Amino acid sequence: MLEVEGLQKIYRSAAGDTEAIRDLTFEARAGEIVCIVGPSGAGKTTLLRCISGLLEPTAGRVTLEGEEVVGPARGMAVVFQEYARSLFPWLTVSQNVELPLKEKGLDRKTRRQLVEQSLEAVGLADVPNSYPWQLSGGMQQRVAIARAVAYEPHILLMDEPFAAVDAQTRADLEDLVRDLWERLGITLLFVTHDIDESIYLGQRVLVLSGRPTVILEDVKVDFPDQRDQLTTRNDPEFGRLRAHVYDLVQEAKRGFRPDAEAESGASVSTS
Amino acid sequence: MTTAAPQAGARQRFHSIRRYPLFRRLLLIFGLPAFLVVIWWISSERADSFFYPALSDIVATFAPTWFEGRITADVFPSLGRLLAGYGVALFVGISLGIAIGLSATLRSFSEPVLEFLRAIPPPVLVPILMLFFGIGDAMKIVVIATGAVWPILLNTVEGVRGVDEVLRDTARTYGLGSVTQLRTLVLRASSPQIMTGARQSLSIAIILMVISEMFAAHNGLGFSIVQFQRSFALPEMWTGIILLGLLGVGLSIVFRLIENPILHWYRGQRQSQRGG
Repeated sequence: MLEVEGLQKIYRSAAGDTEAIRDLTFEARAGEIVCIVGPSGAGKTTLLRCISGLLEPTAGRVTLEGEEVVGPARGMAVVFQEYARSLFPWLTVSQNVELPLKEKGLDRKTRRQLVEQSLEAVGLADVPNSYPWQLSGGMQQRVAIARAVAYEPHILLMDEPFAAVDAQTRADLEDLVRDLWERLGITLLFVTHDIDESIYLGQRVLVLSGRPTVILEDVKVDFPDQRDQLTTRNDPEFGRLRAHVYDLVQEAKRGFRPDAEAESGASVSTS
Repeated sequence: MTTAAPQAGARQRFHSIRRYPLFRRLLLIFGLPAFLVVIWWISSERADSFFYPALSDIVATFAPTWFEGRITADVFPSLGRLLAGYGVALFVGISLGIAIGLSATLRSFSEPVLEFLRAIPPPVLVPILMLFFGIGDAMKIVVIATGAVWPILLNTVEGVRGVDEVLRDTARTYGLGSVTQLRTLVLRASSPQIMTGARQSLSIAIILMVISEMFAAHNGLGFSIVQFQRSFALPEMWTGIILLGLLGVGLSIVFRLIENPILHWYRGQRQSQRGG
């Protein structure tokens, strides 16, 4: 479904090059939830921007459903962390959701149906005519999710979408995402810095190293699809996985690299 | 999860004056103007100077001076030239501003020239433009447009440069085409700055309308005022000045009526960010 092969990204500037991503190879199968965690500054956002076609990789390639990604792809939607800045403040909630559908060339009736369904799905059926800035942060992120869902993507990319909302809202939104994923059968790539969140949501957790980024480990999360905040998080297996991923992230912070490139580990700390 | 409360709060603070009872509102709006008129009235009644005629004379002269033909012969042509020049300035300023704002290359290419051109006071262009365009409407429209274009242009450039990156990324990932991006993203996002520029330009345009008519014209408000002054028809001259002031007030009210629906979102957003 989604293949990332040998992805490398180097930011070039007059002050010198910065290698954000060294070599990433992984794939996400159709209908899978893959979470990506790593220490801060691990190039998670860079990776997501490369996958979404917003940023051109220096080397390697991203393939979505057999086609190489060279720009924003049609079967893909992105939910950004900064909900307040990703919604159009001059459009109402329903206009925000509808805009990409208009651009797709859907007729009015289909558009209205999709807007209604997706707002209903995220629990915002009662505020279609409000403006985003009249809503709380969690509700704004729901609007962004509704917009992505209405777009009917095959893969949904989420870049630390709940990093800026409070803990209770975050738990609600996590369940919302799992629920939508189950109902729609889409593929989900979820970037987060929250280890618990990655295990709770994911079927696989990719743990990234520090910069320049490689994959430390591809952790399988063997929980049933029916998860809930209380029992899943209290499962002994959950605790074991959390400890494991936590250790990996700590190692990554210390500059550990699986390819035993000690000298490049040293250069990380100086850059 | 309340949506109505912040909205109502914002509305209230927006039009805070609306909370006062009618009498106080009228007093707030008309208090200072009325006071100034009274001062003028009393001081001019006693002045007994030829150049400072009594306000009662000026008021008595107002209607015969303007409403017996001059409205159509002088005021309308002036307004027509003003709107034409301002319209050209808006069109050129916004379209050029968007192009320059969107392209870094174009920006560095055009910046020195723009800085030079905007430093030239437009009135000094009048004699030159007279040579090219004569003393007709075209010259005056060009003068108004060349003077009024700068605030619009420069503010539009700033506005377009300031379009939020996350919003741009969002537009790109949803595959919004360039026309949609221009209309729904770039123009709307920069509308607060564009309106700021347009407001500054409006007063510049009024000034240039008068100045261009003072140099060379056969009708118009500025022309009339100069004619009155040269023929020592001082009360009439004063009525012209008052009319100009009233015109300015009227145009700024019209401007606000147009601006309010365009910037409704912006004011609401700012209110809610302030914790409304």
